[in-house]
Parts: sequence; C-alpha cells; structure tokens
Amino acid sequence: MTTQTDFRAGLLNPDAPMPQGLTNAQGVPSPKRYGVYRNNVTVSLVDALQTGFPAIHSLLGDQNFRALATHYARANPPQSPLMMLYGADFAQFLAQTQALANLPYLPDIAALEYGLRTSYHAANHDPQPFSALQSLAPEQIDDAKLSLAPSAILLQSVWPIHDIYTFALDPTAPQPQAAAQDILILRKEFDPKPHLLPANAAKFIRALGAGKTLSQAIENAPDTDVGAILTLLFTEGAIARITV
Amino acid sequence: MFDTTMCSLPLAPGLGYKPQHFADIMQDAGRTRWFEIHAENYMGQGGRPLAQLDALASRFPISVHGVGLSIGGEGPLDADHLARLKTLCDRINPASFSEHLAWSSHGAEYLNDLLPLPYTNASLSRICDHIDQVQATLGRKMLLENPSSYLAFSESTWSEPDFLREVAKRTGCGLLLDVNNVFVSATNLEFSPQDYIANFALEEVGEIHLGGHDEDEDDHGKPLLIDSHGREIADPVWALLDITLAHSGPRPLLVEWDTDVPDWPVLAAEADRAAQALTRVFV
Repeated sequence: MTTQTDFRAGLLNPDAPMPQGLTNAQGVPSPKRYGVYRNNVTVSLVDALQTGFPAIHSLLGDQNFRALATHYARANPPQSPLMMLYGADFAQFLAQTQALANLPYLPDIAALEYGLRTSYHAANHDPQPFSALQSLAPEQIDDAKLSLAPSAILLQSVWPIHDIYTFALDPTAPQPQAAAQDILILRKEFDPKPHLLPANAAKFIRALGAGKTLSQAIENAPDTDVGAILTLLFTEGAIARITV
Repeated sequence: MFDTTMCSLPLAPGLGYKPQHFADIMQDAGRTRWFEIHAENYMGQGGRPLAQLDALASRFPISVHGVGLSIGGEGPLDADHLARLKTLCDRINPASFSEHLAWSSHGAEYLNDLLPLPYTNASLSRICDHIDQVQATLGRKMLLENPSSYLAFSESTWSEPDFLREVAKRTGCGLLLDVNNVFVSATNLEFSPQDYIANFALEEVGEIHLGGHDEDEDDHGKPLLIDSHGREIADPVWALLDITLAHSGPRPLLVEWDTDVPDWPVLAAEADRAAQALTRVFV
C-alpha cells in the first residue's frame, strides 16, 4: 500500500527513493514517472516564487534565484491552497541564508514585493476626497481620525529599498545610493505602487494607523511635511474613512 | 439537499479565463459562450481579480473549477477552504462547480499539484464522503474530473471509469470528462482510450475538457505524456473528442491553456475548432 505520507515524502526530497507500489503498465516500478509529480510540485512552486518576487529574481539572476527558491520551496511548502499567499516568509528565509549575507537589503526588497501582492488582493474601500477633510471646522480637523485603506502598506528600511527595487526592474533607473528609505504602498483602484516617503512621514502614518487624531499624529512626527503626506494620501485615494 | 439539475453551461465552447484577455473578451468573445475560472485565484479580499470576475459573470455563464480542495486526500477536507468556495459560489452563482479526482494537500501542507490515488473500496468510500460534504455545503451538484495519470498503483482494484461511475451513483455528483487526460493516461498506462470512453458514464458528463500535452519518455523508453496545458490540443485528442461526442451527444466543451498562455486570437481559434466539433454532432 502506498499512503499519501509515503507519496508526499519524495515529492519535496529529491534524494528519497520512489515509494513502493507505483508502476508502469507492466507492473514495473518507474522512477521517472514518479519524477513527473516531483518535478511538477517543485517547478510550480519555484515558478510561483519567481512570479511573486521579480525584483529578487532580477537581483540574484535566474540560476541563483531558482536554486535558492528550490531550497526554500522544499523546506517551506505552501500552508494553504491559496497560492496568492505563498512566500509570506520568503523575506525571513533570505535573511537567514548565510550565502546572502553580503546582500543584506534583499529581505526588505522581498517584503516590499510581498507587500505589493498583499495590497493587490486587499479589500476594496471607498476613497474619501480631500474636500471631505477641508469642509470640516478647524477644531474638527484637529480631532479627525483618518483611516487608511486596507490596501495601504507601510514598510520601513535602513536600506534604499525604493531605489533598489526600481533599479532591479529597470536597469536604466539611477543607481541606488546609500540611504534609509521608507515606502508606503498604495493601490489607486487596482494597481499597487510603492511611494517613497519623506523623512519622518512613517511616524505620522503609523500614528494614523494606530487610531490617533490628526493633531496627535502631527505631534508624533514634528519634522514632517504633513501637507505633502496628506496630498499623497488623498490624491492616491488612500483614506477610507474620516471619523470626527 | 442540493439542486440536482444538470449543469447549466451552454452546449457550446468555453475557455479557461486568463486576466490578460479581459479586454479582448469584453470587446468580442467570438464563438466562446462561457468561461471557466480557477476558484483559488478569486479568493482574495478585493482588487482587480474579483472586479474582473464580477464583470465577466455579468456577461457570461461561469464554471468555477477548484484545484485546491484535495477531494482525494486521506485527511478531512479543509473546512476553511470549503467555506471560501461557498463564498465564491454565492457571489457569482456559477453555472457549474467542478473539482478533481486527486489530492493536493497533506495535513496543512499544500503541494500545488493534482496527485494520484489508488482506486480501492477505501478510497471510494472516502471520496464519496468528501463529495457529500462538498455538495451539502455548497448546496449544489458538483462535477468530478478524471485525472491525467503517469503511473499505476499496484493496489488498485477498480478501473477508473467504473470508479467514477460508482462515485456518481453513490453521491449524485456529475462527471467532468477531460478527453486530453484520457489520451494522456491511455498512452502512459497502455490502455485503449476508445475503450475508456466506451466504459465511461457519459450520461453523467456535464462538461468536457480539452487541453494540450507534452511528450517525453520513461526510464524504459516508453512514451510518457505530460498534461501541461501549454500548447494546442493534439490531433488525436480532437479525434477522441469526435468519438466521445458521437456517443454522448453535445456537451459544454472547455479549452484549457494555462502555461505559456498565447494571445487571444490563438485561443479563440481553438474555441472555433471546438465549435466545429459540436456542429458535427448537432446535425
């Protein structure tokens, strides 16, 4: 008898022998036939990672990426039939891979790519216009709470992640220079885009996300160009609700 | 109980929906009258996939085709996944829901492939229990699809057509007959595809699948066909379709093309060929 535990064991382990009881038409064991399933599983997972992490693929090169992704896929098969979720801990895997220690920014780029995918599938919202805030009385504006869209995702890094990401996918983009960069992923209608944030803006956005009022959020991030951030948030349709 | 009416897909060609063809389809779908989606791609919270699906479903009958339920799994069905399928079916009220005679999950692990199982009394009883659960939860009749096989299980005691006929009889589910899978399995396991069709419960078939396959060889130099869905449907598969339709009468015909997906006109041409095959049995 071939249990599914037996069948599964060799799918993710290329060194495991073929399970017993699997044959060709003549009743003869045929490892190459079992190999079709082994190959399908691994290649489909590696392909999914390549589709989901194009900047990492570009930065590492095809051969390196696929070798690394094969290693990841065998050790970390999906935990859900929703392949859109696959690779949630790929960034963590990259951070723990010794051979990549000289590319310490890779995990943050992977987190950015996973964030873009998460944003793509996030719930829709009803974008509020800037005029909805402007029409409030001044004291109401101070106390207003701005809720960010479910598709808005904040990422903070000590690396120039915006510039590295852009350069990875467009070699004609400027060469990244050493700098810490924060990104806010926003999805206007359907296509998420990473927006480079001005200094300290992440603190302001975190405060909004934590349910602080507008005046509290401004106090939280004193050196921030609040006008520029609000313009970004409203023009990109990223405010889902204004509570007064 | 569930709605036992036969699947309401049109007796016409359908195509596997790919997002890159959305604009072409909305402009002119040609002879394609319905679309099939892979359920798992539409289980996010929002965004473009669901918006496109809603637009598509407002214009065309939709077949929801699951690839991740693992109906043939040794363990229990994933209740969360079944609930997601119900949410999706409730959202668009599809003309058909189908899944595979295969397994893809092992415990919490999802292996992203349709894996084979032996045809025994034990697997029969387990699959029937799972299908009962699916049909009761979704409140609709489902279709179960025959797999592509690359190997045989020495412990099997049922032939595949008999096994599927018995599943349909016990659960009241319908069958989805993939003619390419029949051709692939028949080549790989050296049986006659015509005999397979002759033994198949064609009266239970609510949908027929067609797709392309790749050619390889096994360890002993014997032909090994791979169900890749990455090219045109092979001529012998079209011939097997004609034989099938001659016995079954017209059925909804789906062309699947999932890897190296071509531009819309290439797919539309395959749908035209499917339409011609149907025309031959309508007269």
